Amino acid sequence: MIYEKSATEMATALETGEISAVELTKAHLDRIAAVDGEVKAFLYVDSEGALAQAKEVDQRRKAGEKLSPLAGVPLALKDVMVQQGVPTTCGSKMLEGWRPPYDSTVVSRLKAAGVIILGKTNMDEFAMGSSTENSAYFPTHNPWDLTRIPGGSGGGSSASLAAFEAPLAIGTDTGGSIRQPAAVTGTVGVKPTYGGVSRYGLVAFSSSLDQAGPCARNVLDAAYLHEVIGGYDPMDSTSINAPIPPVVAAAKNASVKGMKIGVIKELQGDGYQAGVLKRFNESLEELAKLGAEIVEVSCPNFEYALAAYYLIAPSECSSNLARFDAMRYGIRVGEGSAEEVMNATREVGFGKEVKRRIILGTYALSSGYYDAYYGSAQKVRTLISRDFENAFTKADVLVSPTAPTTAFKIGEKSNDPIAMYLNDIATIPTNLAGVCGISIPSGLAEEDGLPAGFQIMAGAMKDERLYQVGAALEAALNSKWGAPILSKAPKLGAK
Amino acid sequence: MALSYEKVIEKYEPVLGLEVHVELGTKSKMFCGCSTEFGAAPNTQVCPVCLGLPGALPAVNGKAIEYTIAIGLALNCSIAPFSRFARKNYFYPDMPKNFQTSQYDEPICFGGFLDVKIDTDEGVKEYRVEIERVHMEEDTGKSLHMGGATGRIHGADYSLLDYNRAGIPLVEIVTKPLTGTGKYAPEVARAYVSELRDILRSLGVSDVKMEQGSLRCDANVSLRLIGAEKLGTRSETKNVNSLRSVERAVRSEMIRHAGILDKGERVIQETRHFHEDTGETTPGRSKEQAEDYRYFPEPDLVPVAPAADWIEKIRGSLPEKPSVRRKRIQEEWQVPDKEMAAMINADVLDQVEETVKLGADPTRARSWWLGEIARLANEREVPAASLPITAKDVAEVVALIVRGELTDKLARQVVEGVINNEGRPSEIIEKRGIKVVSDDSALLQAIEKAIAAQPDVAEKVRGGHIPAAGALIGAVMKETKGQADAAKVRELLLKHLGQG
Repeated sequence: MIYEKSATEMATALETGEISAVELTKAHLDRIAAVDGEVKAFLYVDSEGALAQAKEVDQRRKAGEKLSPLAGVPLALKDVMVQQGVPTTCGSKMLEGWRPPYDSTVVSRLKAAGVIILGKTNMDEFAMGSSTENSAYFPTHNPWDLTRIPGGSGGGSSASLAAFEAPLAIGTDTGGSIRQPAAVTGTVGVKPTYGGVSRYGLVAFSSSLDQAGPCARNVLDAAYLHEVIGGYDPMDSTSINAPIPPVVAAAKNASVKGMKIGVIKELQGDGYQAGVLKRFNESLEELAKLGAEIVEVSCPNFEYALAAYYLIAPSECSSNLARFDAMRYGIRVGEGSAEEVMNATREVGFGKEVKRRIILGTYALSSGYYDAYYGSAQKVRTLISRDFENAFTKADVLVSPTAPTTAFKIGEKSNDPIAMYLNDIATIPTNLAGVCGISIPSGLAEEDGLPAGFQIMAGAMKDERLYQVGAALEAALNSKWGAPILSKAPKLGAK
Repeated sequence: MALSYEKVIEKYEPVLGLEVHVELGTKSKMFCGCSTEFGAAPNTQVCPVCLGLPGALPAVNGKAIEYTIAIGLALNCSIAPFSRFARKNYFYPDMPKNFQTSQYDEPICFGGFLDVKIDTDEGVKEYRVEIERVHMEEDTGKSLHMGGATGRIHGADYSLLDYNRAGIPLVEIVTKPLTGTGKYAPEVARAYVSELRDILRSLGVSDVKMEQGSLRCDANVSLRLIGAEKLGTRSETKNVNSLRSVERAVRSEMIRHAGILDKGERVIQETRHFHEDTGETTPGRSKEQAEDYRYFPEPDLVPVAPAADWIEKIRGSLPEKPSVRRKRIQEEWQVPDKEMAAMINADVLDQVEETVKLGADPTRARSWWLGEIARLANEREVPAASLPITAKDVAEVVALIVRGELTDKLARQVVEGVINNEGRPSEIIEKRGIKVVSDDSALLQAIEKAIAAQPDVAEKVRGGHIPAAGALIGAVMKETKGQADAAKVRELLLKHLGQG
């Protein structure tokens, strides 16, 4: 079926006229209609908008215009990214019914490239969570096993890829929200270097950690998407004013011969599922076979990363989410004074996890506690950056399992926030240091037959290395398996 | 019974702290491209950024940084090579993000001073006001509380919000505690704000209109017993909106504090509101419980790190300091101290200088702006500078006087016409048919008529009694409907009666 192809293959079919953008979009809308009742990846499907966009791409192509490589290829957009006129809820009741009056920079760039936006995908409320169970609307189901979580916060985006509802998706990654969902759904997810993709129009959770990035079913597709959305944006002061790293070229030139690959000592062992570690080690062997040198590196301060993250992210979110006060947009509850309305609205509009983090952050920033909490966390952040700097003197890229386990059951960790937070133990250091990381499938864990992820990390603005190593490993594993991992996923929509 | 001011200063020493907020005159807002124009229809100068819509991000206005550095340099401050914005977190409906982006512990300018002079019975005194910091922040929107008696949020039926002002760049200039001013504290406070305003105006960074709120002053006042080391508890009088009010508010607070302290009571740390009508302050928000704003560095903005050569470029382009300019003008024009002070107080120095530049002699230019124009401004209870008369108009009038085409009396009619919006001087002269009767034969006719009417008076003058000529001159002026030059009439009359 056409929807099972890669984005690159779809692009070729569009270019050769084998299929039109409208046909391709319809095929995906049909697929969504067929399977999303089970998967529940989408909060909103914008059939009309997507078809209108597809029609325009077809017309431009017919007129002989030179189109960008992904023109006409459909994409699923995480609901944290604003799109003009299309409901944007961030998975929260707070923003129910809000239609933004503007496009995020990522959306503007997607539209300019002719990428078809199918709709908005489900997520943990305001991107806070690792399972998409914190969505105020409904949980999303993992296409590999519908009783399990698809990861989070970007579970909707990763599930839409694994369920062949879209070949491309946009995620955002504050502590692992692109990479961990990719790992547990057998897909590819990239957290670019902080500042590599504009945050303008990304509803902020934690400004100094948030980073939008590409999600796909293979490394090359992700690279093409990365080049569409990446690059400097004057609307985002923290965006880096430098050319986009040559990620497509790197994905095509996937040699690791002579590269040094650093295994982070602290990101394995206790707490990691045996089957996940086994696939991780096999992947290392593949890389060694391809001529890479495997070295061990130590990042001693990673031990404190989770603690620092759970001070910095809640602190920033306590301030970022203050604007949801019922005065200008979103829901409004209660009556009386402005203060009473604000209180009532925030009480009803925010879910439990969001409130937990707002309260944590408010406390951590309070006078008398600031130095001990927020201040110390910032120091840890510096130490973690130094750990990365040291490690990158010994290796070209660093690697670890993406998540310690495969997908767990829906409801299994809902009442244990600490267990939930531990999902991101291997992905959080990258965000704290502002460097980049990718997760690619490393195989299925023996004990449960579910996908595991292999994480590759590189220094700031060295994103091309993620794609270079990722594509090499992907090719080796695919040839070992005989087919991409998603071909082993159960067929959906059969009933 | 309130203490007299004399009693207050016999016993107590005032300590002042002045915080001045200035709206910068940049075309666009601090963090977005929206217009800063004053007076637009509500909520028409807004965008996702200044409305704080989800996802929107700030980007610093480079012009605002340049202006702030210029202010810092003009106030003899050091410019930080690296400074940051922070978030000041608190909930208020007119603040779109429920935090204000402001500089906190890392201001862009710090450690400066401003010397101010006041004119006292003991002569001119000079004080150095030390500047703690100059920092940038964004303004909030405006709340209009409808219904209710007070116009305050409590008791209002509903409130209207206008976000046009949200995000307008503000600079806050904070002094160190100012001691040693003694009984002159109110005058020094006023002189400081006045001098600061002149500097800001000369820099062209703000229109510094106190009545429109583009320059607002918070006056912190505390008292301590003369000779005491420890500072007393201060009150903070907010948004004082004229120079005169600054002086009155400080004086009123000094008297109020002294009254409390004399009774052995404790001054409450709070904000106060100054009322122009009563000249007194009333309590606002208590600051006994310090509010926790949970400041932290603004993660959406990169640090401000102005290049050293840029700072030097700004320094190189600073205009002449108002104090230097005043000294130069006073010397060039040979103006007495009192009159110089009068021009500054009436805030017409710019106008006078401009009038002189357009060809008027300094004495005439000064006397028009300080005389007739000031009088008319007083009548209308507005500053002279805000009247619809320009330096060009005054220069034109002066030129006509010098050429003998207008008498002083006629010129006053012209000036009044301009101020009444009747047009430019030439238009008024034409419309009103104002013209000096300088034709000697026409004047002589009138003189002969006057002599014929009062032969006895004429006889007295002929006999050498010159003062008697007044009656005849008056008659001539009446005859010519005031359009004759009185000096000329006098000259001709005396000549005619053999006394010339």
